[in-house]
Amino acid sequence: MSTRGFTGRPPPEATRTRLPPGQTRTEDFPVLQIGPNPRIDLETWCFTLRAGSRPLKSWSWTAFERLPRTRWAGDIHCVTQWSKFDTRWEGVSVDDLLADAGVEAPTAHALAEGYDDYTTNVPFADLTGGRAMVATHYDGAPIPPEHGGPARLLVPHLYFWKSAKWLKGLRFTQKDEGGFWEMRGYHMYGDPWREQRFTGD
Amino acid sequence: MIDATRLPWRETTIVGIAPVTRRAKSFRLAVAFDRPVVAGQHVDVRLTAPDGYQARRSYSIASAPSDDGTIELLVDGLPDGEVSGFFDGIAEVGDTLEVRGPIGGAFVWRPEDSGPLLLVGGGSGVVPLLAMLRHRAVAAPEVPALLLYSASAVDEVLAHDELVRRAETEPGFQLMLHLTGDGGRRIDAAVIATALKRLGGPRHTFICGANPFVTAASDLLVGAGLEPRTIRTERFGG
Repeated sequence: MSTRGFTGRPPPEATRTRLPPGQTRTEDFPVLQIGPNPRIDLETWCFTLRAGSRPLKSWSWTAFERLPRTRWAGDIHCVTQWSKFDTRWEGVSVDDLLADAGVEAPTAHALAEGYDDYTTNVPFADLTGGRAMVATHYDGAPIPPEHGGPARLLVPHLYFWKSAKWLKGLRFTQKDEGGFWEMRGYHMYGDPWREQRFTGD
Repeated sequence: MIDATRLPWRETTIVGIAPVTRRAKSFRLAVAFDRPVVAGQHVDVRLTAPDGYQARRSYSIASAPSDDGTIELLVDGLPDGEVSGFFDGIAEVGDTLEVRGPIGGAFVWRPEDSGPLLLVGGGSGVVPLLAMLRHRAVAAPEVPALLLYSASAVDEVLAHDELVRRAETEPGFQLMLHLTGDGGRRIDAAVIATALKRLGGPRHTFICGANPFVTAASDLLVGAGLEPRTIRTERFGG
């Protein structure tokens, strides 16, 4: 049933077909985070792959910068109903991180961990095969702190809360463990095209 | 914390509309959620055009959690806004629209979370903080609380009379209104220091407003020595 008197301003057809259900295009880059920007010093920055609590490999910023680079351009979708088109990112693919560490994925589940103690779960299959990176650059420049710099996860085919800011590591878990938002009613997987915003969607 | 039930869209009726400031209006919606509201949460609102096109926006709940089957939203009436323009110029008592909620589990305060409670709001970012203050007054009046509220001018202050009255009549609640228009200054380290001195060290801090405001306020509070994990932020706009 329609809302009395509401006509709205539908976007052009070309925009509508690029938008997952319930999303609105924005030209801005809104900032959403649970707390303050953590203070991160590149001298002490460290990125660690873990299996459970056991470290598999750590990289300093200098070592991380020597890894092969990956670029990705496309659309990103936030669960708060905005989508941004044609974003450009650069960083290190999770495939290349694993190759450099010389490890196979020990489990099928991963938990991304931020310097702000934020966590979010992503199936391992969604992190590999060129589908995810640890991004250090946005639109040709280092990612600013408010967008998760110096390094954030980028999993653009899932809602953007999965792309954890200020990433400090990826932890492989035995079972699918919910992270910060998943424990607060948000969907365990978060596919925008299936509109998996909340538990039960 | 996981609630495994779905969060459905519900048809709701506007049961009350009242002016709040020159631009903002209060809308009371009759809606029966199947889970309790926590102060600080928001709802998604969905409007549908005759051709089926839908637009959605998120609005913080201004009312304290209650069991009277209604919630209050305070909508800043931007005439150009696709949805806020509907609220500003079209919506009338008796109209129906769809809402989904309550949503959000991070920017929330419960009486048992206690205090002292520091609330920092910019512009209409005060709305979820207002819900916390209203809830505190009825459920935990012993919790010390201070609202530092930055607005461009006094006639843009949402719930101005209510906040002044609360500050005068509620022991333990202090109001710091900070007006930035006409040569007024932004919130700075000195203002933050004054707020912290008046309240004492907060156990919980909630900051809501436009992005630059929230970034500035949270950086100042971390700079003043607050533990980052005790600070929760919510932003709107780009």
